Amino acid sequence: MPFSPKPQANSSTRPCGLSRTHKIGLGGLEFLPDLSGALYAPDFKALLVADLHLEKGSSLARRGVHLPPYDTRESLRQLRAVIAAVKPERLIFLGDSFHDGEARQRIDAGDLSELRALTGDFPTIWIAGNHDPEPPEDIGGGIMGEVALGPVTLRHEPRALGDGELEIAGHLHPAASVAQRGHRIRCRCFVADTRRLIMPAFGSYTGALGISSAAFAGLFGDYHVWMLGARAIHRFPAGKVR
Amino acid sequence: MIGKGDRQHRAMGEGSGQGNSHGVGCVAGKAKSSWSAMSHLPQRFHDWFAARGWSPRDHQLAVLDHAAKGDSVLLVSPTGGGKTLAGFLPSLVELAQGAKRSGIHTLYVSPLKALAVDIARNLEAPVAEMGLPVSVETRTGDTPYAKRKRQREQPPDILITTPEQVSLLVADPGAAHMLRDLRCLILDELHSIVISKRGVLLSLALTRVATHAPQARRIGLSATVADPDALRAWLVPAGTTPAPLVLGQPGAPPSIRILKSVERVPWSGHSALYAIPEIYAEIKAARMTLVFVNTRSQAEMVFQSLWEANDDHLPIALHHGSLDVGQRRKVEAAMARGTLRAVVCTSTLDLGIDWGDVDLVIHVGAPKGSSRLLQRIGRSNHRLDAPSEALLVPSNRFEVLECEAARQAAKANAQDTQYPSVLKLDVLAQHILGRACAGPFAADALFAEVTGAWTYRNLSREDFDKCLDYVATGGYALRAYERYAKLKRQADGLLRLSHPRLAQSYRLNVGTIVEEEMLKVRLAHVKKRLGKRVVMGGRVLGELEEWFLSQLAVGDTFLFSGEVLRFEGLDEFGALATRTTSREPMIPSYAGGKFPLSTYLAERVREMLANPKVWVTLPPQVRDWLSLQRWKSVVPKANQMLVETFPRADKHYLVAYPFEGRLAHQSLGMLLTRRLERKGAQPLGFVASEYALVIWAVRDLSLLIGNGRLDLAALFDEDMLGDDLEAWLAESNLMKRTFRNAAIIGGLIERRQPGLEKTGRQMTVNTDLIYDVLRTHQPDHILLRAGWDDAADGLVDVHRLGAFLKRIRGQIVHRALDTVSPLAVPVLLEIGRESIYGEAHDALLAEAAGELVDEAMWLV
Repeated sequence: MPFSPKPQANSSTRPCGLSRTHKIGLGGLEFLPDLSGALYAPDFKALLVADLHLEKGSSLARRGVHLPPYDTRESLRQLRAVIAAVKPERLIFLGDSFHDGEARQRIDAGDLSELRALTGDFPTIWIAGNHDPEPPEDIGGGIMGEVALGPVTLRHEPRALGDGELEIAGHLHPAASVAQRGHRIRCRCFVADTRRLIMPAFGSYTGALGISSAAFAGLFGDYHVWMLGARAIHRFPAGKVR
Repeated sequence: MIGKGDRQHRAMGEGSGQGNSHGVGCVAGKAKSSWSAMSHLPQRFHDWFAARGWSPRDHQLAVLDHAAKGDSVLLVSPTGGGKTLAGFLPSLVELAQGAKRSGIHTLYVSPLKALAVDIARNLEAPVAEMGLPVSVETRTGDTPYAKRKRQREQPPDILITTPEQVSLLVADPGAAHMLRDLRCLILDELHSIVISKRGVLLSLALTRVATHAPQARRIGLSATVADPDALRAWLVPAGTTPAPLVLGQPGAPPSIRILKSVERVPWSGHSALYAIPEIYAEIKAARMTLVFVNTRSQAEMVFQSLWEANDDHLPIALHHGSLDVGQRRKVEAAMARGTLRAVVCTSTLDLGIDWGDVDLVIHVGAPKGSSRLLQRIGRSNHRLDAPSEALLVPSNRFEVLECEAARQAAKANAQDTQYPSVLKLDVLAQHILGRACAGPFAADALFAEVTGAWTYRNLSREDFDKCLDYVATGGYALRAYERYAKLKRQADGLLRLSHPRLAQSYRLNVGTIVEEEMLKVRLAHVKKRLGKRVVMGGRVLGELEEWFLSQLAVGDTFLFSGEVLRFEGLDEFGALATRTTSREPMIPSYAGGKFPLSTYLAERVREMLANPKVWVTLPPQVRDWLSLQRWKSVVPKANQMLVETFPRADKHYLVAYPFEGRLAHQSLGMLLTRRLERKGAQPLGFVASEYALVIWAVRDLSLLIGNGRLDLAALFDEDMLGDDLEAWLAESNLMKRTFRNAAIIGGLIERRQPGLEKTGRQMTVNTDLIYDVLRTHQPDHILLRAGWDDAADGLVDVHRLGAFLKRIRGQIVHRALDTVSPLAVPVLLEIGRESIYGEAHDALLAEAAGELVDEAMWLV
């Protein structure tokens, strides 16, 4: 029997859709989480996207692990879908947008022109990350270490915050799990308390790290998570998840 | 025949060299040997046999006869038939004649690594006693590098090894040298190996062996099987005459009883705890008992209950695959010494070494298949002349029928039909990489070689080329990885490995057994420090599936290694647990029976059900149950399928009785609910058991069927195996699981990388993500096809479902009832059973069960 499941129209491996019920507040601003893992800042009409890890597939291919070379294409497709739904006016990438320093050289011509089309359509900022300390300069958009969005600082890696400091970061790829009827369900998630918000990774080959792991220790006070389900976003207090 | 208690002289290698017998030998007695074969047995061997008061058996001489002509041969013989010696005898005779040669003479392959050392030791006796110039060595995954290296330089005459090692052997650039004088391949436990991917991989390795040593004959050793012709064809190159068949002498028919309990046999469930006092009494009356169960969680439960009933402090032990190897070895040694009275075990003791003098086999729960039952019964009284003693303990009422069916089947020595596994694309990909490790090759030649295996005789060149392309660059339509290719074309057109690192990685990742991700469970100590609980890891108890451990919260209790443990959390080495005084553990919720009911047994159960005349053989409670079913609803004929619909509380139920096993029922449930959804019946859920399937819905199903809005024939039409199946599978987690296996076997994901032992958890990219991306961008990729094939074969049982739908065409009997029927009670009780924690739910369930039973047993 030949295997040829036709993906349904508009199907995407990761669904998108802005939450109508959930808002994440930080410093008096409201942010809207999207099912895809992107975050919309309506006050600035800006779409925030963390940890794209473009060309992760080809990075592994150099070591003989031939993962399907469609991850960049898929991530960009997802991005287009979110943009079409949310209709932002600017894009901000929170670092680790490119999996490594040579990603720019390996990227497929079609994907490259799609990337350039995006930066042509929207004012774009690439925040540098540990995977891409120097994001490529020839794809359009500006490169910065941090971006201030009103009282909130956007950066790649979360930092120790001083009094009154607020941040939105990526880097940690958070995921959370809840137990229900004997099943433990694990999803990527947004994590936030009143001072800090950490975004899930957006890229199609990115893994995730449980929020109870050591990397998250000390970052949050009394926090909530917004878990990205298949069809909706679910909010849980810290005590309910691990 | 051997005298009683003469264990020293028991025949070696019944089935698999059951081996605490201390010598290679044969059974004494009146031999009716053909003279032509006798003439192939040199005087030295005759004398050796005679010195022990033995003489060779007919089938051993028949094998010798075929071997002398250079023919391959399949020996099918029951346990206890001296099979392994029959396999080795021709090689020993040839080697005794000492023709000048070099390299390996005989390669013996067994799926059980643990047997290798045992077989080798058993061969040493005749070799030494006859003074034969024969060297015997083993080679398994545990063999140190230095020994392997020496084996390459100075190969032994007889090498005892496993299927994976044969793959590694032929992937070695020195394979041609080592195998050039190979005369014989002995493939033990052939019946068990051909049905798995290990067998498929072995069949490919054999094509390489055949290229290096076309002169080598093959001797297949198998337990009794339903269809020996498939094995005869499997054994030899495709297109040649199937290997001739030699049959061993059948043993005495086993004596099988079914427990006639004074207790009430439960309506459903798999624990059989009601029968513990009776099982204990049987253990007390016997010398040494093996208590077989179907799952590890059952083993834990039965063991714990027996321990509580153990007023006489009998030495009773536990043995299953999750326990620490050291602990298992201890149990085995104690069995061999005869210091144990009973061992509760799972399939880990199905095959292999005869650890002790077992005089009773108790099977708790239905054996699910006739062949498995015969194999397990064979563990007792390992002698051909004496009947094996077995007791079946059904754990619920349907299992009473199944046990009776199995008893009759075993009495008739009827076997289940199991088909050899063929044409696995992921296995082929692994073999191609292995071929490249041995040296540069031509694609045409490899294609010809591969299709020489019976398993790949129908492989198309197109699929072969796709596999080759997959190995080289991943096989993607977007040719992104040409520069990272694993295979490169040389100037002479041959393909070669692009980097030696790949050969190293191949050696680390060879094989087709993809383990569940397991975590070690360690016994921990808790210390108070500054008022805080500090948990310190201690000795390893065994391993458990990661998915199970991830369900636990700190403080949860579970049954493992025969103890109630408290989960204390995970650390970098695995799970930590402490002993607890709690006697009410949260029990691991493995699915009921791990093995599906065999088609053959299912047929017998249906026949028994349809024939009230045979009900007299059943226990009274079961008889009453079936009689009431006849009164309240109907008992279907053997070729029919009964469908009952009835309302209950505020829902409407549909129960179907296909008797095709849980796996097939689960798939059927998925497909039927999709269809009912489309028909507007608003199904809410379904549960499958081994025998039946229940679906509940919002709409009145009896009414929908009655007024023709819902046509049962259309609902169960075979066309559900088309688009519905494909659409469901593509989205289901089953596909993700089989895809993961295919990705690992096919080498997309490496289990281990040179220099660092990666666990599944740290694997580069989650295979679910790869599956999603691949499905979206290249749905015809070869690994998706491999995953699909496996899902269709193994997890979904598409073939069985297809045969079933064909069978019931025009044979559906529908009854619209007012209340639940007696036959429906067991499957209704399964609802909600999948997640039971603690006692509260149990009480609720018991309460609910009571109500249900009352309702079903009302006569009017």
